[in-house]
Parts: sequence; C-alpha cells; structure tokens
Amino acid sequence: MAAFIIRRLLQSIIVMLVVAFVAFSLFRYVGDPINNMVGQETTLEQREELRERLGLNDSFPVQFARFVGNAVQLEFGISYRQARPVEDLFAERLPATLELAFVSAIFALIFGLGLGVYTALRNKSWSAQTIMGLSLVGVSLPTFLIGILLIWVFAVELGWLPSFGRGATVDVGGWTTGLLTLSGLQSLILPAVTLGLFQLTLIMRLVRAEMLEVLRTDYIKFARARGLTNRAIHFGHALKNTLVPVITITGLQLGAIIAFAIITETVFSWPGVGQLFIQAIQFVDIPVMAAYLVMISLFFVVINLIVDVLYYVVDPRLRAERPGAVR
Amino acid sequence: MSSEQQHYEPERANAAMIEADLATADEVRALSRWRRAWDSDVAYSFRRSPIAMISSAVALIFILGAVFAPLIAPQNPFDPGSLNLMDGFTAPLEPNAFTGNTFIMGTDDQGRDIFSTILYGSRVSLMVGFAGVVFAMVLGTILGLTAGYLGGWVDAVIMRIADIQLSFPSILIALLIFGVGKALLPREMQDELAIYVLVLAIGLSGWVQFARTVRGTTLVEKSKEYVQAARLIGLHPMLIMLRHVLPNTLGPVLVIATISLALAVITEATLSFLGVGVPPTQPSLGTLIRIGQDFLFSGEWWITLFPSLALVTLALSVNLLGDWLRDALNPKLR
Amino acid sequence: MAQPLLQVRDLRIEIPTRKKVLTAIDGVSFDVADGEILGVVGESGAGKSLTGAAIIGLLDPPLRIAGGEIILEGQRIDNLSYARMRRIRGKKIGAIFQDPLTSLNPLFTVGRQLVETILTHVDITPTKARERAIELLREVGIPAAERRVDSYPHQFSGGMRQRVVIALALCANPRLIIADEPTTALDVSIQAQILALLKRLTREHGTAVMLVTHDMGVIAETANRVAVMYAGRIAEIGPVREVVKHPRHPYTRGLMGAIPAMGHDVEQLNQIDGSMPRLDSIPPGCAFNPRCPHAFERCYRDQPVLLDAGPTRAACWLYDKEMVEAVNG
Repeated sequence: MAAFIIRRLLQSIIVMLVVAFVAFSLFRYVGDPINNMVGQETTLEQREELRERLGLNDSFPVQFARFVGNAVQLEFGISYRQARPVEDLFAERLPATLELAFVSAIFALIFGLGLGVYTALRNKSWSAQTIMGLSLVGVSLPTFLIGILLIWVFAVELGWLPSFGRGATVDVGGWTTGLLTLSGLQSLILPAVTLGLFQLTLIMRLVRAEMLEVLRTDYIKFARARGLTNRAIHFGHALKNTLVPVITITGLQLGAIIAFAIITETVFSWPGVGQLFIQAIQFVDIPVMAAYLVMISLFFVVINLIVDVLYYVVDPRLRAERPGAVR
Repeated sequence: MSSEQQHYEPERANAAMIEADLATADEVRALSRWRRAWDSDVAYSFRRSPIAMISSAVALIFILGAVFAPLIAPQNPFDPGSLNLMDGFTAPLEPNAFTGNTFIMGTDDQGRDIFSTILYGSRVSLMVGFAGVVFAMVLGTILGLTAGYLGGWVDAVIMRIADIQLSFPSILIALLIFGVGKALLPREMQDELAIYVLVLAIGLSGWVQFARTVRGTTLVEKSKEYVQAARLIGLHPMLIMLRHVLPNTLGPVLVIATISLALAVITEATLSFLGVGVPPTQPSLGTLIRIGQDFLFSGEWWITLFPSLALVTLALSVNLLGDWLRDALNPKLR
Repeated sequence: MAQPLLQVRDLRIEIPTRKKVLTAIDGVSFDVADGEILGVVGESGAGKSLTGAAIIGLLDPPLRIAGGEIILEGQRIDNLSYARMRRIRGKKIGAIFQDPLTSLNPLFTVGRQLVETILTHVDITPTKARERAIELLREVGIPAAERRVDSYPHQFSGGMRQRVVIALALCANPRLIIADEPTTALDVSIQAQILALLKRLTREHGTAVMLVTHDMGVIAETANRVAVMYAGRIAEIGPVREVVKHPRHPYTRGLMGAIPAMGHDVEQLNQIDGSMPRLDSIPPGCAFNPRCPHAFERCYRDQPVLLDAGPTRAACWLYDKEMVEAVNG
C-alpha cells in the first residue's frame, strides 16, 4: 500500500513540474512582462535595469527554478490588471469558488446516485424513460444556458431567488463563507444547481449503466438463486459493485466542476477564481492565467491521487494477495 | 516451375503486381463493405428510427439555413451600416414604435434582427464547429496512426499527453489556447484572427478521442498478416496504414466526429458567451445570449430566448444523430 | 410408490422474437425422485440450462413458460409470484452455476455471503449463523475454515471456489439442487474431486440433484438416471447404465457411438451427419429426422412422445408398439 502511494505521489510531482513548465513559459515568454508592468514614460534604460533586477536576463533553468521556488511558496507575481499580488487575489476569491463547487458536487452526487439507481431498477417504466430522455437534453444544454434559464424562471418571473452575487458573507478566520446567512444560502442555490446539473446527468447515466451491467452478472443471478431478498440483492450487493467504478469517475469529475465554475461564476457574477480567470483572459493578464493553470492542475492531481487511493481501499482485489492461495 | 522459384523476389516488378492485387482486392472488399453497410444495416436502421430521421432533418435545416443565410435573412446583422439603432428593442411580431418595422423574432439592443442574427450566427457556429472537428479529426488521426504504428516511446509519449489532456475539461483547454493566442497576437489583428484561434482551440481540445480510436484500430491491423506481408515486400508503411487502417476506423470516427460537432458548437457558444469567442461585430448564438441576459429583467426576453432555443435545438439534434449513429454502427447490437 | 420430489409435465418455454415466437423447450416431461441424481445431457443449445432455469424460476424475459406444469413436493411452482418463488429458492431448490469465479461477489467475503444466505432462510442469531458457515466450509473440504471464512473469493483457487459455491447452495438444506455445468470450468483433476464431493454431500443430506452438462463422462460417473435432450425435447431417459450401454434412440446411439472406447484404436471418430437444428428451423415431426438413418414417413409428420423401449424410454416412433406389431405381425 505504501509503495503504491509513493509511486503515485512521484507521478503527481512529475505532472506538476510539467504544468509548471508550461505555466512558466506562458508567464515569461508570452508578451513582455516588463512592458506590461510599467507605464509609457519609462525609458529604455529604466526598462533594462528593471529587467536585470527582476532577473529576466538569467538563463532559462535559473528562471524556471526561481518560478517553481516561488510557486511552492504560493507567490505568483503581480497581476497586470489589478497591480496586486496574484496570490492575494486568489486568496480572496477561492472560498467563493470552493463553497460553490462543494455544494454543487453534493447536490449532483445525491440526486445523481438516487436517480441512477431508480432508473436502473425501474428500467422499462415510463418514468425511467422520461428521465433518461430529459438527461439527453441535459447533455445538450450548455451550462450557461441552464443558468440563464434558471435565472429567468426563479429570479425574473417568480422572484424567489437572487440572480447574482453571493449575498451577505461572514468572515470565519480568513475564510469568507456564505453558508451562515440566509441571503448567502439563497444566492448559493441557483449557481449550485446550474453547476451541478451537468454532473448530475453524468453521474445518473453512469450509475444506471453500471447498475444494469451489474444486475446481469452471474453473482447476482446466483444471489437470486439463493433466495436473497430484492433489498439485499439491489442495495446490498448490486449497489456496492456499482459504486466502485462510479467513485473513480465522480472523483475525476470533481476537478471538472472547478473548471466549469468559470462559466457559472460568469453567469451569476459570482466573485470566485473562475470569474477572475475570465477577466484575466480578456485583459491578457498573464500572471493570473499562469497561476490559475498551476492551481487547477494541483487540484486535478490531488483529486486523482485521492481517487486512486480510495479505489484501492474499496476494491479488495487490488490489494496485495495474502500469501498462498489454498489449493 | 518448381516451388523454390516461386519464392518472393524483392524486385519492383513483383511488388507492383502484389500491390495491384491488394488494390483490387481492397476495392472489391471496400465496395462490398460500402454496399453492405449502407444498403442493409445502417440505412435500414435509419429508416426505422424516427429520432434519427427527425434529428437529421432538423440538423439539415440548420445547415441549409446557415449556408443560405444571405439569401434568406431579411437583414445582414454583421454589416453595421445596415443597422438602425432606432429599431432596437422591438418585440417579436410587433411593429417598432419609431420606424414601424416588424421583425419575426424582435431585435436586440443594436437594432439587429434576431432571426437574421440567428441565421448568421449559426453560420459562424457551424463553420467554427466543422472546422474545429475536422482539425481535431486530422490531428487525432495522424497522431493515432503514428502512435499505433511506431509504438515504443513515441506511442508512450503521445498517449501520456492524451491521458493528461483528457483529464482536463475541453472548455478549459480551449480557454487556455484562446488566452495564449490572444496574448501572442497584436491587438489590431485580434478581431480578424479570433475565428482562426477559436478553430485552433476547439481542434486542439478535441483530438484525443480520435487519436485513441485510430490508435486502437492501428494496433489491431498492425498485427495482421497482410500488413506484415506488405512490409516484407517493401511497401511504404504509410501506404499500408492509409489503405488498410483508415477504412476500418471510418465508423467509430464518424460517430466521434458527430458528437464532437455538438460539443464544438456548445464550446463555441460558451466561449462567445463568456466574451472570449467570436468578436462582437460578428455575433454568434452565444454572444446574443450574453447580450440578452442583461435585458432579462427589463423584459426583453426575446433577445435571449430565440437564440437559446436555436442553440439547444441544434446541439440536441446533432447529439441525437451521433447517439443513433453509434448504436447503428455498433457491431454488438447488429 | 412415494411421490417424486419434482415433476415436470409437458413444459413449454417460448421466446417471442421480432419476427415470430420460437419454442425453446417443447413438451418436456420428467421426474426427479428424492435423493436421486438425474443427469440432463445434450449439446449446446439443446435446452438443458433453460429447463433448470425454469424450474428455479429464473427465466430471463422475454423467455417465458408457455405451457405445462412444474410440481415440487406436490405443489405447483411454475405459476407462483416472484415473492413466493423467492422463498422457495435457496430453501427448497438450490442452484450451482458453471463459473465459480463469476458466481461469487468479489467485494464481499465468503463468510458474509454465507451468513447472509443462512440468515435469509433460517431464523437464528448472526453468531450462530457464522458458526454454521464455518461448519459448512469444513463440510465441503476447505481447510482452516475458521480463517478462510473471512477471505475474499479471489483468494481461493478455482476448485476451492466451487466448493464455496456448493456450500452456499447447501446453506438452507434444499431438497433439490440444480447443478448447471458445475465442473466444466475446472481442471480435470479437480473435476473428479468436486463430483465426488457432490455425490457424498447429496447422499449425506438426502438431496436430489439435477445435473446439467454436455459431458457424458460426468454423467456416467455421477448420475443415477439420465435424460438426453435434443432440440428442446427429451430424446431418451432412463438409468444411466442402460442409456450408455444400450441406447435406444438413434440420436443417443449416435452420441454413444461417437465416444471412442479406451483400448480400441479407431481410424476415424464416428460422427452424426449434420447438426442440431436452430430454434427457428426445427423440422416438423421428429426434430432428428434430417439426420436419422432410420427415419420413416411418420417421423416427418408427428412429433414423437416418450415411448417405452425396455428399461429406458425413448421419443422415437421406432418403439411404437402398435406399429412394431403391425410391421412384424
């Protein structure tokens, strides 16, 4: 088990280094950092001096090492657009994105799992077919459209829920949360549903397909032949076997949620890192872009690692065999 | 003639003859393959599936509408000169208070006829979508063929990159490429080149699926005897790959291409919605929806609704078509 | 004579397909007595597994029972609801399938699967159930049962796994076990062990077995009586020794003739010309008539029923007494 974790850790570090390489190349070589930082009046000599001082004339490996060193300490330079350290901008906005992602993931998981099991067990029924049909539409609906639709129905027409912003937030030891206020919670609903709907569709179809597959296996047939109750078969056996591949894919999707948050945050003017990223692209704010790239990659890599470990824990076949199978 | 003399001589003459043989055999096989595929299973399945027929009809309407947009649309919304600001905010089917003009689907804030903009916008979306998918298909096929045929570290590297890229959502990759493109290009050229960068972004974010499938087929074909025989004779490996592998991948590649098209259209719409897609002078469906969002509260619902419906219909019909195609071409279900 | 444990009367199983309705099992009748081992032998597709599945009530739709009766201990069971049939499964009728690897849920320990089955049918405490599980494992010959009860299926070898499967089938002491190709997936040496185990256990518990297989050797080794199936019908049924040594039905004769005897050299293996018809192309009359060297006019017209042919019964018009008398007399 330990060897497995160490190996995966090493792989993760390699991936992160590659990402850092790409981010660094972006950072350093796309556009001229100096020209983006100083005003028009700065003379050429002053620019040269600045260049020298910031170490921009050093060799590539040296600069790269410096970049990595800074990155590890969470320093990513100064935003071109806002003239503030990038890490500060991120720190301010990360709680918003993380809360949104977390709540929508839970929403997608609970309903996705529930609907998936339901449509698998009641496979030929009317309701199951309808749900499956709707899910196909769901896959064709881009996230931003779902958001707009929800805004129109719930904010414009019915006026029940707010259509932008986070509502009132509470500062809890450096982390601003919207979960503790009524307006915060209300503001969270529409964005979370929007962000989670795509995931929900995915999870639902996956759970359904897996469960149908599992219900066709020999061990389920044998369980029936032994006279086990439907409850024991469906929720004892079939469900556990279904969950194993579902866990992997869901975990990987978690990373996608953080990325799709970009869209949701734009639709709802949600002050998170996704919105920051879009603004960075529009204004060609390279340091923010590079930092976002590194951060997202870190999330993906960590999530992949956790999922791999989880898979290992849940499926006994992957663990080391006890010595000497009985003949 | 003794059997020893019949042994292969690696001379051009014989290679040419065998090459010719392979070609004819291939043609015969291809002919019957086409005929088999189209006359019986796929076409039959098509005729029997109302979903397939409806969705391809809808998709076709869109494509035709987009292609013939200049002829059908009452207005050219991309030409700022033809717009009249006073026409702005007209509700559908109601005459404008100032100019008296009527528009089927109303106008947006700039006086653009929504119906025309949907037609022209679909044109942009479909063009970008098709181009992006073709780009992804070509790139993916080349990489897949190379990886499959050469194997070894080339294969390992390409597949590793593919795996890593696959774990990132394509939106993110498209965004990144677009961002880099924007950063690299001088400001004046950005509007003109935006479309090309968009195509590049969509293409680069979508090659992986193609590469994987093609690589799979390459690996299967590579080990077959006739490939080894052809190699012995000295036929160029690329020739072998093109002639034998490609036809076998046609089915799955077509399925992937169709589904990728739906994804490409959605990606383009999303990027345009986010403001990092097509330039504002050439609005696509995504741009319209973004403009419309600001006016939802003030009651001009049509600016968002009609483009949204158009987008969903287009994406849905292409998706359904792709789904049906996948089931129709699936040998296990036949 | 005591009532047979299981009676199957005129069983018909149909598959509705898009084009038409096919008959997979056509008028199959047989009995299984208490404690006897009935072999059901035939080629792939002859319908042996389907018969077993129908008896235990696990026919997958669109397959359905279209006629006939299945009677267990004097009660009809073919028309019971799913819920009532479930109570019979495991408790009165058990089943063993071919592949022990896929028959066991890989994510649960062997002990958990045993205990669960025991608790479903027997009203005892979980602790007692676990004791019983260990006992069962010992009975089927798993060494160090107290430790192995917490092992996962993949930690057992093929033969041991099948023993676990047998233990699971015996959990609630069923009167009848349907064994569908129980040794086909195992090594030949292990096959013998498992068959011996099966014979011993069924003798000790008085359990009857319906042993379905395509392997005549297994039948000859294990069964008391044997039913030979062909194209969804029974061709011949009788005591094993009789059917093997003196087969009456032309198909059975062909089968037995095809088996090379030890100690004799043969130039070529005998085989029956042609092959078993597919479900959608079964000829009228006797299904074997295209390949039968003795077929005559009636064989093409009327589907034969099981007729007395001495110690066995064969579904062949050659044994129609009236006709035989008419020809000879």
